[in-house]
Amino acid sequence: MLRTGVALVLGGVLAGAPEMAAAQAPLVAEGCIGCHGPGARGSGSVAGIAGRDAREIATALMAFRAGERTGTIMNRIAKGYTDAEIAAVAAYLAGLRR
Amino acid sequence: MSNALTRRTLLAAAAAAPLAAPLPLRAQGSARLVVVGGGFGGASAASFARRAYPWLTVTLVEPLTRFVTCPYGNLVLGGERRMEQITHSYDGLRARGVTVVHDRAAAVDPAARTVRLAGGQTLAYDRLILAPGIALRWGGIEGYDETASARMPHAWVPGDGTQTRTLRRMLEEMPDGGVVGMAIPANPFRCPPGPYERISMIAHYLKRQKPRSKILALDAKEGFSKQPLFQEGWAALYGGMIEWVPASRDGKVVKVDPAAMVLETEFGTKHRVAVANVIPPQRAADIAAPFADASGWVQVDPTTFEARTAPGVHVVGDANNGAPMPKSGYVANSTAKQAVASAAALLRGERPPEPVYFNTCYSHVGEEYGISVVNIFRVGPQGIAEVPDSGGISPRGNLPDQRRLEALHADAWYSSITRDMFG
Repeated sequence: MLRTGVALVLGGVLAGAPEMAAAQAPLVAEGCIGCHGPGARGSGSVAGIAGRDAREIATALMAFRAGERTGTIMNRIAKGYTDAEIAAVAAYLAGLRR
Repeated sequence: MSNALTRRTLLAAAAAAPLAAPLPLRAQGSARLVVVGGGFGGASAASFARRAYPWLTVTLVEPLTRFVTCPYGNLVLGGERRMEQITHSYDGLRARGVTVVHDRAAAVDPAARTVRLAGGQTLAYDRLILAPGIALRWGGIEGYDETASARMPHAWVPGDGTQTRTLRRMLEEMPDGGVVGMAIPANPFRCPPGPYERISMIAHYLKRQKPRSKILALDAKEGFSKQPLFQEGWAALYGGMIEWVPASRDGKVVKVDPAAMVLETEFGTKHRVAVANVIPPQRAADIAAPFADASGWVQVDPTTFEARTAPGVHVVGDANNGAPMPKSGYVANSTAKQAVASAAALLRGERPPEPVYFNTCYSHVGEEYGISVVNIFRVGPQGIAEVPDSGGISPRGNLPDQRRLEALHADAWYSSITRDMFG
């Protein structure tokens, strides 16, 4: 089931995410900024996530959401977001400068 | 490859989906966004507006020339931070193109779309972000007014930092074996886990410096934010140093006597303490009071954060009634961005974006011991609601690696969000 979900999300990322999802990307991704640093370039113990491969980000978020990857708080966070939002955030972050 | 596609998609999205037959107020050129209040709501709004909507001219009105954060104030009390480390300048916002006016907003005229400043100036706006924070209800506890707060500091509205410094000095001057009394208010109030992080940080200080001392936490509630995690941490780190008394066991402080250093509870118990920290009941700050209802808080549209009684006036941060969202710095930051995006969309005749609000509140319980609560909120038919089966508090149990990482991540959060606001 996870695999199907990832495939769907990645399909969205690679084909150019649905317009509504992409339109949300900047605001949804603002949620990341509070901990991951301005421009998502990292802050102290919290990793930079800017400029990473969109597939890598989406896969990680899907795994956190499915409880298949342990996190300090990301597992709790990922459960609040939809496939479309994960795709949009991944696409947006991938486009940022590292 | 995906990057190029991404950018193209984003550019397309940036053009945004207009409402049917829009009549943009400002299709070209600029519009005036005035922001009142330079804290977590206001500074986030001003900074984000310049970053995301460079066509907005942004003026920030804030009386203080430097901002002392509430977050990490408890670490100053615990001796783990200095005041300078939680004090921020507005120079970064100026560098981003925000006009910063150090004056007090005296009145808002929503019909004329103006803000009158105490210094006499009048600012005209196209959209107003009102983020003034809270006022303390002097007299909400009998005998507790501004004069009393010099002897029994609240340290809940940092201002220029005097209150936090006073409480810290009192803790330093207290002899070993003294009782630190705290009065904690009923909901809703600024920073729900804050009093309990404060208990933790004061205990952290006392354990090292004055180990025979006690903390008596008198609470007007039956339960509190992250309660099982706090209580687990207190038992593990501080033994019997902390006594927390809920309302049902006569924990509600109704009266204070600053001269005698007495906290008096609902059923007449008088607690004489060496140091008193009184966190009184609260309401929206004065400038927002004309838009508040009988609760003392401002009812807002859950998507645009416009005051129900004043379209065009977006009230963000602790002054609004954002329930079930907590009055936290992260919520102020998250909702301020949604409010700015909504204001920008409305100015262009577009539909405000679909909101999703995000909150993470970390608390320090001890050295290398952090805990958190995460919430994601959306707007449904009944208003703002938490996304089911998401978020929640840190796992319970003896998990030293988790606690150590959360303490580090808390520091990362503080650095990150304050740079987002002021950097």
